[in-house]
Amino acid sequence: MRYSALSIFLNALSGNRHWQPAWREPAPKPHYDVVIVGGGGHGLATAYYLAKVFGVRNIAVLEKSYLGSGNIGRNTTIIRSNYLLEGNQPFYEFSLKLWEGLEQDFNFNAMVSQRGVLNLYHSDAQRDAYTRRGNAMLLSGADAELLDRDDVRRMLPFLDFTNARFPIRGGLLQRRGGTVRHDAVAWGYARGADALGVDIIQHCAVTGIRREGDRVTGVDTTRGTIGCGKLALSTAGHSSVTASLAGLRLPVESHVLQAFVSEGLKPFIDNVVTFGAGHFYVSQSDKGGLVFGGDIDGYNSYARRGNLATVEHVMEAGVAMIPGLSRIRALRSWGGIVDMTMDGSPIIDKTHLPNLYLNAGWNYGGFKATPAAGWCFAHLIARDAPHEVATAYRLDRFARGYLIDERGAGAQANLH
Amino acid sequence: MASLIPCPHCGMRPKEEFTIKGSADVARPAPEAGTQDWLDYVYLRENPMGRLSEYWHHASGCRRWLVVSRDSVNHDIYSVQDAAQAKGGGA
Ligand SMILES: Cc1cc2nc3c(=O)[nH]c(=O)nc-3n(C[C@H](O)[C@H](O)[C@H](O)COP(=O)(O)OP(=O)(O)OC[C@H]3O[C@@H](n4cnc5c(N)ncnc54)[C@H](O)[C@@H]3O)c2cc1C
Ligand SMILES: [Zn+2]
Repeated sequence: MRYSALSIFLNALSGNRHWQPAWREPAPKPHYDVVIVGGGGHGLATAYYLAKVFGVRNIAVLEKSYLGSGNIGRNTTIIRSNYLLEGNQPFYEFSLKLWEGLEQDFNFNAMVSQRGVLNLYHSDAQRDAYTRRGNAMLLSGADAELLDRDDVRRMLPFLDFTNARFPIRGGLLQRRGGTVRHDAVAWGYARGADALGVDIIQHCAVTGIRREGDRVTGVDTTRGTIGCGKLALSTAGHSSVTASLAGLRLPVESHVLQAFVSEGLKPFIDNVVTFGAGHFYVSQSDKGGLVFGGDIDGYNSYARRGNLATVEHVMEAGVAMIPGLSRIRALRSWGGIVDMTMDGSPIIDKTHLPNLYLNAGWNYGGFKATPAAGWCFAHLIARDAPHEVATAYRLDRFARGYLIDERGAGAQANLH
Repeated sequence: MASLIPCPHCGMRPKEEFTIKGSADVARPAPEAGTQDWLDYVYLRENPMGRLSEYWHHASGCRRWLVVSRDSVNHDIYSVQDAAQAKGGGA
């Protein structure tokens, strides 16, 4: 069904008892042209664009748990296109443009809110680095503005501008960046894909990959064997596990990233703000809770819970940036498992098997990528050629020496 | 992750005292080894769900390199050894 003001009005009159489920719960068919493993944001977006843009119809998405149980429902909802490197920035700008039209495209309210993303700087060197990055953003067609201290003070008067160690000197602002309701992204894509005939099969874990010689013929799952013409892995956080089913070793470590929500407060933070001196970023949800986080804990983990030392560190950094936060109570915290790659950038590529495709390595930043990752992965699967904004995300870039290392941290997954 | 790590030299110590380097299951190849061996060593990881070994540096303690053997799912620690001993050499 298409949502409209009228349908909301009529359903309200009948006590909201007649809404239909937004997608079917089909039993798996014996064979699909394309099977996508992982019903997160990326897997669902891939199915949606495969069906809608690339005309592939016989598609299944296999999700081991319930839809939205992975990182798509655990992230801090930030979208932006403020990268420096050429391999990255055009891709993220493509993604931001897709976000701007997404709700109209799939007729679902995802609460896309372009409230601006501000990265604070604290030194001359950091300002110069942000100037350079802002120029790279402008060159890619994105927006960027360099703010000085007074500009930032007008926006966020309660920051600690005169912090003895990390005084705030200004910031790099991308006004088109912002936040999106993450669950609604999963639901919107799921609903859209389902309407185009995609089978979304929940509680169906892939446990094996069947091959005849070099070709993948299907997958073993907890709901039986399912045949496929093409197999696409999109299992963020568990990419090494699913890739190993095809004998593939990845330049990836799985790490836990934590996030937090405070008690509800009156509106006071209008933007997304990141602390340039520490591991902290924050925005305020429409319900009033502050949504914040920091860096990964730093050790390999498949457990979706983090360490208290990181909780303390994030809180300390937050209070250093906004002293008033010391009076606020944290309501909830949680963790998600993310693929950390050896250069901090993702992989959208073919593999050593001709009909096995891989979308992996999204680190802590793959939510903003959801529309473009889905589109570009669909392009690769349908046409066997990379989309023009995703040509750098090759798996063999590590062997060739063409790393995309935004942070310049080297082959050390926990430093990206 | 466990909040206390049993250092063989210092006893139970808080996790914040340690820095984690990464997998101890990869062995540095000989300098003349081929590209594939070096690619494996520098970039590719087993990343197991379950038991793994890592190099940890007790930066705020004895400053020794340790090999921590632990579980990446339930976070149990199986053993912590001085890296020199783990390699079979003297301490
Ligand atoms: C705390 C936190 C905060 C974050 N904040 C941001 C942010 O502000 N901005 C941003 O851009 N990014 C952010 N990210 C990163 C972002 O959430 C991820 O990069 C992105 O969601 C990954 O893509 P996905 O949605 O497809 O992942 P997921 O939703 O994790 O999808 C992968 C799915 O694969 C399934 N799966 C795994 N193995 C199998 C199997 N064998 N068989 C079947 N299914 C399987 C999983 O159950 C899961 O549902 C954050 C991540 C975390 C954890
Ligand atoms: Zn010690």
